[in-house]
Amino acid sequence: MKQVPDTEAQIRVKSDGTDVVLDGVKFIISPYDEYGIEEALRIKEKMGAGKVSLMCMGPARCVESIRTGLAMGADDAFHLDDAAFEGSDPLATAKALAAQIKKLEYDVIFCGKQAIDDDQSQVGVALAENLGIPHVSLVTKVEVAADKKSAKVSRQIVGGEEIIEVPLPAVLTTQKGLNEPRYASLPGIMKAKKKPLAPVKAADIGIDAATVGAAGAKTKGINFSLPPARTAAKIIAGASPEEKAATLAKALREDAKAI
Amino acid sequence: MGKGIWVFAEQEDGKVRKVTFEILSNMRKIADAKGEQLSAVCLGKDIAALADKFAPYGADKAYIVSHDLLAQYTTDGYAKALADLIVKEQPSMVFFGATVMGKDLAPKVAVRVNAGLAADCVSMKLEGDKFVVRRPMFSGKVYAEVAFQNTDIMMASFRPNVLVATAPDAARTAEVVNVTPEIAASDIRVKVVEVVKTAAGKVDLTEAERIVSGGRGMKGPENYAMIEELAGVIGATVGASRAAVDAGWRPVSDQVGQTGKVVSPNLYIACGISGAIQHYAGMGTSKMIVAINKDSEAPIFTKCDYGIVDDLFKVVPALTAEVKKLMAE
Repeated sequence: MKQVPDTEAQIRVKSDGTDVVLDGVKFIISPYDEYGIEEALRIKEKMGAGKVSLMCMGPARCVESIRTGLAMGADDAFHLDDAAFEGSDPLATAKALAAQIKKLEYDVIFCGKQAIDDDQSQVGVALAENLGIPHVSLVTKVEVAADKKSAKVSRQIVGGEEIIEVPLPAVLTTQKGLNEPRYASLPGIMKAKKKPLAPVKAADIGIDAATVGAAGAKTKGINFSLPPARTAAKIIAGASPEEKAATLAKALREDAKAI
Repeated sequence: MGKGIWVFAEQEDGKVRKVTFEILSNMRKIADAKGEQLSAVCLGKDIAALADKFAPYGADKAYIVSHDLLAQYTTDGYAKALADLIVKEQPSMVFFGATVMGKDLAPKVAVRVNAGLAADCVSMKLEGDKFVVRRPMFSGKVYAEVAFQNTDIMMASFRPNVLVATAPDAARTAEVVNVTPEIAASDIRVKVVEVVKTAAGKVDLTEAERIVSGGRGMKGPENYAMIEELAGVIGATVGASRAAVDAGWRPVSDQVGQTGKVVSPNLYIACGISGAIQHYAGMGTSKMIVAINKDSEAPIFTKCDYGIVDDLFKVVPALTAEVKKLMAE
């Protein structure tokens, strides 16, 4: 899971364009990651056994969102928080996560299809490649086989969907429609305070600092700007809806040549 | 240096995706400036007939990578074929459309060949020697210019319908290189059990040049008939806001927005859609936005090019009738 600015947040940029400004922004679990947490919990509930662990790379403020994930019902969490990780691009992030996950046992790894801050859609796919396991992206339905050796998943494609059988362990990246995530209950929030939340440093996972963070990143944002404002809207006047529609039709056809 | 600029030429059922031509057209000048060859790389089975599709858009070379195991797209199959070819030929740049396939394939290949990858870009430029791409972040609230470092291979995927393809030049020719990749059945770990096409023949929202979308103001699924009629008349694909999808009026695949599809049509007509940030995130790069909503305070009226503050149940049918009249002239 990744902690990201709330969807309503106003994102500002520094006047010299060298970075974004997130002061005062409210943070949430990235919505696509929530689908993953929810699906993991449902699988655990359906199988009557299993453990749901959260993996999160990010600064100290992520703890709050990790606790929300634990409050939803996850059993424990690993928080990768180290200066060495700062400035990671998605591929470096995947490398670090893989180094931590390699030390554990796992059947299914859920990732959001993309994080709604960077919108890169890379980490889930790259994570699978780093772990040497298959992945299926954009899953909208998951059925884990009783023997846990495979899963049957539905995947969104252009103009339809595919039904895929994937051997486990595998990475599945989530798409909207997979499920409706539960809210953390009050008892869940109380229980979450006692669940293990392990801080993880680069040295703990044997990762070469030169391959992660700003040092290892292969892409770097060199300038950040706000999108150009649209020119003011032409609100079409008219005595009736029909008259306005006629004016619009003419404008689209003759002025804008849009139809 | 100077080993080539590649564009992954996505094809489905023997038809090349438009975004391939958009990227090739725009990479021609980059290739010229850097003195490198521009190549299209097409994977599939029985795709020999596509070999001449790429030269008209600027390709110097077309790699036709054919194998039985590439008949059906799988990440494992396509990644093996493409990564092996990259390792062999060592291009300096490899580009993809930021499509379902491109976003599924590019990161895997990037890890395998140790490349850097910037996804969902909307433009590119050369700053002297430095190749820089521009991409939206935070659902389009911020744009970042991204440069590459620590890598010999730069990769990027480009959002469909944003770059403009040049008119095809039939006089251009390209060298065709046929490649038979080494793929074994055991390389492909997933099994595609079934492919279900629900919108066969319809232009996908992400590639549509015109879209008519309905939101909460539509009040119910039965009212989308007028949206579909307008869409039919202007040759548009029908979209929906999250409110309409969550209410069960329209399928999830119709949703435009932050948690739906990101679209970039020439024309986006939003009917009964308030225009919240999350919806705008999915259609804000539309070249022209038209809003029809009876609420003059709806945020969409600050984000559109043309707006009509009125009852969409009267405006939309009238608009359809007017457009039909104009088209008949």
